[in-house]
Amino acid sequence: MASGRTVARGLVSFSLSLGLLQVPPPNRFSTWIGVPPRSDRRAGVRAVGARELGAAAGLLAQPRPVWMWSRVAGDAMDLALLARAARSGDTRRDRVGGAIAGVAAITAVDVLGTVLVTREAAKNGSGSRSGEEAGRLTGDKSARLVTAAVTVNRPREEVYAFWRDFTRLPQFMLHLEEVRELDAEGRRSHWKANAPGGATVEWDAELIEDRPNERISWRSLEGADVTNAGTVRFEDAPGGRGTRVHVDLEYSAPGGAFGTIVARLAGEEPRQQTWDDLRRFKQVLEIGEIVRSEGTIGERRIRQRPAQPVGDDA
Amino acid sequence: MRANTWAGRNSVEVRDVPDPKILNAQDAILKISSTAICGSDLHLYDGYIPTVMNGDILGHEFMGEVVELGPEVANLRVGDRVVVPFPIACGRCWSCQQGLFSVCENSNPNGWLQEKLYGFPTGGVFGYSHLTGGYPGGQAEYARVPFADVGPLKVPDGMTDDQVLFLSDVLPTAWMAAEMCDIRPGDTVAVWGAGPIGLYAVVSAYLRGAERVIAIDRFAYRLRMAREHARAETINYEEQDVSETLKAMTGGRGPDACIDAVGMEAHSPRVDYAYDRVKQAMKLETDRPSALREAITNCRNGGVVSIVGVYGGFVDKFPIGSVMNRSLTIRAGQCHVHRYMQPLLERIQNGDIDPTFVITHRLPLEEAPAGYEMFKNKQDECVKVVLSA
Ligand SMILES: NC(=O)c1ccc[n+]([C@@H]2O[C@H](COP(=O)([O-])OP(=O)(O)OC[C@H]3O[C@@H](n4cnc5c(N)ncnc54)[C@H](O)[C@@H]3O)[C@@H](O)[C@H]2O)c1
Ligand SMILES: [Zn+2]
Ligand SMILES: [Zn+2]
Repeated sequence: MASGRTVARGLVSFSLSLGLLQVPPPNRFSTWIGVPPRSDRRAGVRAVGARELGAAAGLLAQPRPVWMWSRVAGDAMDLALLARAARSGDTRRDRVGGAIAGVAAITAVDVLGTVLVTREAAKNGSGSRSGEEAGRLTGDKSARLVTAAVTVNRPREEVYAFWRDFTRLPQFMLHLEEVRELDAEGRRSHWKANAPGGATVEWDAELIEDRPNERISWRSLEGADVTNAGTVRFEDAPGGRGTRVHVDLEYSAPGGAFGTIVARLAGEEPRQQTWDDLRRFKQVLEIGEIVRSEGTIGERRIRQRPAQPVGDDA
Repeated sequence: MRANTWAGRNSVEVRDVPDPKILNAQDAILKISSTAICGSDLHLYDGYIPTVMNGDILGHEFMGEVVELGPEVANLRVGDRVVVPFPIACGRCWSCQQGLFSVCENSNPNGWLQEKLYGFPTGGVFGYSHLTGGYPGGQAEYARVPFADVGPLKVPDGMTDDQVLFLSDVLPTAWMAAEMCDIRPGDTVAVWGAGPIGLYAVVSAYLRGAERVIAIDRFAYRLRMAREHARAETINYEEQDVSETLKAMTGGRGPDACIDAVGMEAHSPRVDYAYDRVKQAMKLETDRPSALREAITNCRNGGVVSIVGVYGGFVDKFPIGSVMNRSLTIRAGQCHVHRYMQPLLERIQNGDIDPTFVITHRLPLEEAPAGYEMFKNKQDECVKVVLSA
């Protein structure tokens, strides 16, 4: 039987093409499915397109249950929109009927793929890895493990030294609000972070390993809102190409696997977030600041606005 | 200020927008004197590049005077006259240090989005969708220029805007197209597309030592310009069969190198064109690659196909068998403009290149929408439109 992943991959190309079709010129797409373009429908068609692109992007990244379920939810939305269109007077019934049949077929494939991917995920731990490797630092076997890596074009000593000062982590880890040192050697520290939905979580952490220019590990102490731990390793990139930085983060999400899925739906996908944090870490070290554009804004959740300067009142 | 903005498919609008402000310490603000419309802008105008938003300021070919500097800019002074390369590059990452400026690792705040489409992100580009960073472009009265110490080139006294404006994009792009061909004495180079990129590619290929350069297009006025200003031999693909003619011109062997200066919106009299139009309209492929297919299948065995025409996503019926079995080399890229600005400036100064010949129209910024229509439809023998702000 087809694996969930194979089905998911097939859906990627479909999502991409449909999404691209609907985002810029919704009118033509509308006509094609037998629904004459109307201004009140354009937004709907465009939303459908944006959703297809989003689903494709998510599936391309990793076939994960959330993305797959988002497709099923999307199919329901398509069917509802088409059904509404079928009821109104100006539509071509034959075409809309065809489109509904098409979407229904896709829905069936989506449901199949989703069930398969969800089953696989249940076996493997959803998305981020857990099991064997997890729990090395936190002691919690069900902890989520997120790994990420980046190459920074700076000497190893400098890259290590920047990370070793935990108070600087919020400069590039955007969900961190503050890290304060609790002793002079920086062995104990207090961390404050933003959780999905606007909540704040706090914990004290201790340094459990510090090998200069090679490796730093830390772990939250008893009483943490979120039990978590991390290791960062530094090594020379071959050929004098700077420093490779490998990060392993472990955390027991509040609410377990369900909490992780809710966090993802709130736009805080931990894996993506960690990779993005490392991208910013690289920027801070290589160019001294985080690069900004007028069209891409938002601190914790990146948003797009028209690429034009922001006025004083905004 | 006033700025030319994207307003939906086939529509741009000059609107009032806020003035740019310094956002990063290495920024400069320019008061723009000249800016041009590029074939790449047409891909946005025609709606083929995803992630363009209503209100995005367009334009990536511009120059002007420095009016404000961020605290960490060391090489520029207020009042300097500069021309700006279209890719935004930090100058400090490994790619920049290899001269791969258009794939700078730090300049695209939307790299996370773009890598989902391309595998890895590219650098930022002015006025070129949110995939390349969501940066406002230069078809405006003012623009913010990040990494002002790295990109902008100071214009020597006495040189006109027309002489140096195209150092921002089209001249270096065409030069890189020719460089990627690894031209050796006796080589014949064929160039698909006789727009500004194709025309300068002919000039560049000769300067880099080609024996013969053949330009291919369907617009007689552009082919005439290629003959008269760039010494090209020409093929009008609506009147002649491209393959037969190229074979006849090269003793049956095919051109040693083929340059695609057309990109994702190729037009073609062949059947694959209808196929691509339908698939592209249904968004089942994002790009129409008929010129690219032709560049591949007509290249001699072991030759080079150099792609500077822009492609956005995915193509169908890509003749990979022809590439593989005949030992072709494909080279491509958004131009690493920074590499070529200074050497090409010198070539303009010493008279090797006079870039001004492509300019056919000058309009005030306010008339940008008319400029786009004219350039898109190749009306009034339009080759290149320069807007003055
Ligand atoms: N790589 C880069 O850095 C870079 C920079 C600038 C422009 N570009 C790209 O270069 C391309 C050309 O730009 P331009 O400003 O010259 O545009 P343009 O629209 O003026 O020229 C394109 C020409 O191609 C011709 N053409 C279309 N189909 C053809 C075919 N099948 N065979 C031969 N010719 C054909 C058209 O008639 C037209 O004259 C565009 O795709 C643009 O995006 C790339
Ligand atoms: Zn251009
Ligand atoms: Zn760079």
